[in-house]
Amino acid sequence: MNPLERYEPLVDDPSAFRAACEQPLPSVVRTNSLLVSPDRVRAAFDESGVPYEPVDWHEGLFRLPEGSPGRTWPHVHGWTHGQEEVSTLPAIALDAQPGDRVFDACAAPGSKTTQVAAAMDDAGTLVANDNNLGRLSALRHNAERLGVTNTIVTNQDARNFSMKPLAFDAFDRALVDAPCSCEGTCRKNPDVVDEWTLDHVHGVAGIQKGILTRAVQATRPGGTVVYSTCTFAPEENEAVLDHVLAAEACELVSVDLPLETTPGVTEWEDETYDPSVKRAHRIYPHHNDTGGFFCAVLRVGGADDGRREQETARDAEVAS
Amino acid sequence: MTDGANDGSRFDRLPATPADREVTGRASREEVLDWWETRFGIGRDVLGGYSFWEKGAGKVWVFNGEASDPSQLEAIGTTFLRTRQEHWKPTTRAVSRFGGHATRNVVELDGERASRFVAGEDQPLPAWDGDWGYLIVAHRIAGGVEPIGVGLYLHDELRSVVPKGSRADLPVVEH
Repeated sequence: MNPLERYEPLVDDPSAFRAACEQPLPSVVRTNSLLVSPDRVRAAFDESGVPYEPVDWHEGLFRLPEGSPGRTWPHVHGWTHGQEEVSTLPAIALDAQPGDRVFDACAAPGSKTTQVAAAMDDAGTLVANDNNLGRLSALRHNAERLGVTNTIVTNQDARNFSMKPLAFDAFDRALVDAPCSCEGTCRKNPDVVDEWTLDHVHGVAGIQKGILTRAVQATRPGGTVVYSTCTFAPEENEAVLDHVLAAEACELVSVDLPLETTPGVTEWEDETYDPSVKRAHRIYPHHNDTGGFFCAVLRVGGADDGRREQETARDAEVAS
Repeated sequence: MTDGANDGSRFDRLPATPADREVTGRASREEVLDWWETRFGIGRDVLGGYSFWEKGAGKVWVFNGEASDPSQLEAIGTTFLRTRQEHWKPTTRAVSRFGGHATRNVVELDGERASRFVAGEDQPLPAWDGDWGYLIVAHRIAGGVEPIGVGLYLHDELRSVVPKGSRADLPVVEH
């Protein structure tokens, strides 16, 4: 079966959804704000004759109609990184700050890791974990090329991630960009549609629940956890949130994202989910001419220990 | 690490000074900071806030976060410098990240030479009258001068030591 048909009852305009899913996506690069401004990337493209188009909802993104994002001077300098437009959303939602302690639970190959590092201005500690040793070399390569120096790379199963190698016992923020069925990437990789199975959906949903649960546990009260996937399957999205909301002290929060999204769904087949999953964002390909995506922001429960404010005050005392 | 041997499979923080050294041949933090200052004019104002780690014989990493037990880590920060040889060699990544702060031993190439350099080509450069050895190779782009990578200058020739995976055939940009 074509899994995309399965989701047509969820979308406002099934024929537009179907049509968008069949259109290939252009190559897109993200400006590495750690090293350079979008203006200089634009100037570098102009002077070397690389055609590009702006992306209206994000000044740091450029579409390259001729492809080959890796064969440009900005790439050599680590100024740009090839990354699909929607894949920039989780790091935007995470809103990491300089000095934060941040966990990227499923980090390879590092597009979002390097974007988070840039948001942190390369200051603070970013723990980039992936259970797949083979994919860690791509993560390391990307982090080094983009000039990131505040990242620790670990190779653990995120479901029982150990804080032992770290200098602290809780994160301020965590990103779970989970392994998933990936139908949202069908415009770049049509094979995902052929390879899709319901068994895989159910199997990977168990893994997603385990990873998100551990990420919430590893984040301090008042901290932020972002959950994202590139699947439309409610089993891998709202059902995972529903599970974690019931199992751990946390709540979904409303955040604005800079493009058109639709709310999470509270019913799917014979399941119903916590009403707050409506605060999650579904991104369909036909709304913004992007890939498909899912993104939710959780606040970890309990009294906010305000670690950062305390430490900032302490640092100020030490400095004086 | 008390037996004076280097365990090449784990990260260890560099000792603060040569007097604190417990592992034979390991560079100290002060020596690393001195080297960048002497060779390239990149001082403690730029690098003083970072920590330095060794994994393998002489491979030094630069890190800007908090760490306690680095033995279980795959990577900590970025590869930075190769020591334990007669001439220390900065990594391409270190030069790309910090080379913009350099005040000496930077060779600025024109558009045609820059394209040859990034493609991995060696080239005659008799006009260079600075030091021999490892240099920061830069070019003009988008209104500024930016480091491209590391060159080895010997006998009137600039050798490209851009790693194979980072070489590229790029257009010549004239300014």
